[in-house]
Amino acid sequence: METAEAEHDVILELRDITKVYSGIVAVKKANLKLRRGAVNVLVGENGAGKSTLMRIIAGVEQPTLGEIWMDGRKIELGSPADAVRHGIGIVFQELNLFGNLSVAENIFATREITRGLMGIDHKAQVARANEFLNRLEAGISADTLAEDLPIGQQQLVEIARAVSLNTKILIMDEPTSALSAAEVDVLFRVIRELKAQGVAIVYISHRLEELMTIGDYITVLKDGQITGHAKVKDVDTRWIVRSMIGSDAKDFAKSVDHQMGEEIFRVEDMVLPRAHGGMAVDHVSLSVRKGEILGIYGLMGAGRSELFECIMGRHAHARGRVFIEGREVKARDTTRRIRHGLALIPEDRQREGLVQSMSIADNLSMASLGRFVKWGFHISTALERSAIGAAIKSLSIKARNPDLEVTSMSGGNQQKVVIGKALMTGPKVLLMDEPSRGIDVGAKADVFRTMRWLAGEGLAVLFSTSDLEEVMALSDRIAVMSNGRLVTVLDRADATEDKVIAASAEGHKTKRISA
Amino acid sequence: MTSVQSAAASRPAAGSGSFLLTLMKLRTFIALFAVIIFFSLFAPNFLSTANMVLMSKHATQNAFLAIGMTFVIITGGIDLSVGSIVGLCGMVAGGLILHGIALPLGYTMYFNIFEVGLIVILVGILIGVVNGLLITRLNVAPFIATLGTLYVARGMALLYSDGQTLPNLVGKESLGNTGYGYLGSGTILGLPVSVWMLIVVALGAAYFGRFVPLGRHIFAVGGNERASRMSGIRVNSVKMFVYMFSGFCAAIVGLVISSELMAAHPATGTNLELNAIAAAVLGGTSMSGGRGTIGGTIIGALVIGILSDGLVMMGVSSFWQMVIKGLVIIVAVVVDQAQRKMQQRVTLMQLAKSE
Repeated sequence: METAEAEHDVILELRDITKVYSGIVAVKKANLKLRRGAVNVLVGENGAGKSTLMRIIAGVEQPTLGEIWMDGRKIELGSPADAVRHGIGIVFQELNLFGNLSVAENIFATREITRGLMGIDHKAQVARANEFLNRLEAGISADTLAEDLPIGQQQLVEIARAVSLNTKILIMDEPTSALSAAEVDVLFRVIRELKAQGVAIVYISHRLEELMTIGDYITVLKDGQITGHAKVKDVDTRWIVRSMIGSDAKDFAKSVDHQMGEEIFRVEDMVLPRAHGGMAVDHVSLSVRKGEILGIYGLMGAGRSELFECIMGRHAHARGRVFIEGREVKARDTTRRIRHGLALIPEDRQREGLVQSMSIADNLSMASLGRFVKWGFHISTALERSAIGAAIKSLSIKARNPDLEVTSMSGGNQQKVVIGKALMTGPKVLLMDEPSRGIDVGAKADVFRTMRWLAGEGLAVLFSTSDLEEVMALSDRIAVMSNGRLVTVLDRADATEDKVIAASAEGHKTKRISA
Repeated sequence: MTSVQSAAASRPAAGSGSFLLTLMKLRTFIALFAVIIFFSLFAPNFLSTANMVLMSKHATQNAFLAIGMTFVIITGGIDLSVGSIVGLCGMVAGGLILHGIALPLGYTMYFNIFEVGLIVILVGILIGVVNGLLITRLNVAPFIATLGTLYVARGMALLYSDGQTLPNLVGKESLGNTGYGYLGSGTILGLPVSVWMLIVVALGAAYFGRFVPLGRHIFAVGGNERASRMSGIRVNSVKMFVYMFSGFCAAIVGLVISSELMAAHPATGTNLELNAIAAAVLGGTSMSGGRGTIGGTIIGALVIGILSDGLVMMGVSSFWQMVIKGLVIIVAVVVDQAQRKMQQRVTLMQLAKSE
């Protein structure tokens, strides 16, 4: 702590920070020191609490318990404006640009360059903005509209904005997730420059090789707790992965012994072009047997969600063929694909799964009302009620009164409602996109048990995840996607964590070399 | 034992909260009784049968439009064209009775009253189809799409007769198209025909929203369009339906008004869309979609109808009437927001207790 690290003194310190959301503890007693003039790397699986921690530092969220100290003084970060005053800037994971404003206006939002009563000096703003952009070699003109830029360049604008703030602490939450290899190199050069100026960088990423290149200090988070802290030069990727995954295994329901049947579902040559060139889903073919659980592993942006959406017929310009029980599904719209026996549990429960204004019961039955119809148009309340009751019972949904609004339940139970809704359509093939996202440990175990039970009932289950432990424990076979391509499909017996990780980086490697 | 005690202790607090909540939920009913009691005390002859029948006729026109509007608003849209549809449909009805349709062979075709009604209703639905196609296929915002059809329909109504009124729609015995007045002035068991029609349409719409899959889907689409699509609901069909139904309701109002007056004026129904929106909102329909009931809307229409007629009977100037109507609408929405906030707090508390 003394001589060796004298060159990097602590600028910001989090002491015993705890953050509780309704029913879920996101961060538990975290102690974190950020060092001046260094890249402080933060890693952890999805939902480990990295983003929550950063939102606390950026003043977006306030900690439930704990203190924040900066330069030896205790500070309060009540709002993002507070954080900016203390010299803290953040590049969010989700883009936070105003699409309807120009790049310059975005960069100078809330601190516009004005000419007294004459209003905003747009010329000066554009000129200044261009300086920052040129430093990033972004090749963006500052007077274009933000929404007209491809995602990667939007990301660069966001970074330019953060750099322009003259921050003492700059947080970057997965800044490279949308950047090409060349853009990443430029970003790294800028990071080194900033470092030399004494800025403390907080760098969050999933890409381990990147962390090893750019990082100075590394902190590993797991389930809201800090499980490791070290200098990057003292550790290797193996150490990081071990700290990330930990030794205490999660409660994955025991596998039910059951016979797998014949092939029930097959995708052939699914292709989905991206809006800005390249493939979101790149010629993917796979098949699943009755009673089989196929885990699809991949990093963010690997094309897992897009593949599921293509299968469900959500993208009109997707090409590829889908077979159920050996017969091709010609229908291209979601409604008829559901009737053919496909069902999807979407990744974003709030935006795509639930109708928040409706009751638990109405949410459960909304996709399958046609099954309760008598005389061609009349919904039989008795049939509907008994089906809803059965779903609540079989999924052990904690709903005292199904007529209460669905938002009155915890995240895990809401997820079960979405699953129940899909099951009530009587699917043969169930697609689950990140089924354990954003729910607590107990609810996860419940969801896993449900998946096992459904497979035992003879459904084919495909689920996507970026959680290595989950994919290893739950799947009968593991498909690894990377950059839109299906890299490999492994039997559980042959699959090792190393193989899966290596495969998940495959798609990016070729791109790196060519760039 | 302790759990019993704590449950008993927590009950009064929760009870008073839920009492206030119930009071707020019933606000439209309370408003209805308030206006009835107020005017029966201060307006002479307010409670006479003749006045009641007259008021119910007035409220009926607005209620028809408001029913159609309710479904549209529940999907998260808006239909500004209904007032113009009323005008255009009245003109079409008048034109068909007076002039028939001139066929190219110098032969003019006349329809009986039943057929006229049917054609007029088809015209209303057709404008709804145009609205629906603009909104679903061409992705025009509902506000703009229906603002466009508002002008087009009104313009067409004016063009039809060059702005003139079509008078005296009695029809001719020889053409077999007499009896148009029945719709507007006929009575069954002492109640106007239009009121009976409203009862049928309102019950039908309420049933539809509760017990028919398409009706239920209206609520899902308005609550979360993306989730509805993901669940296999044909969002576009649902939207097409609500605008067609709104056009249907407006066409009926066009028939009723022109039949009552036995004349068709092209400016009929101007600004009626705003009254319909007010009635729906007063009845608890949420402008952000997903929530609303037909029953609430009917009561909302009654409140607005009684309020304006009662104020006329009291001799309040029409300028003050507008001010009062506006205030009532604003208060209704403010109370609605307060109720929603309270409801959220109550559900969060329930969640916290169950955790």
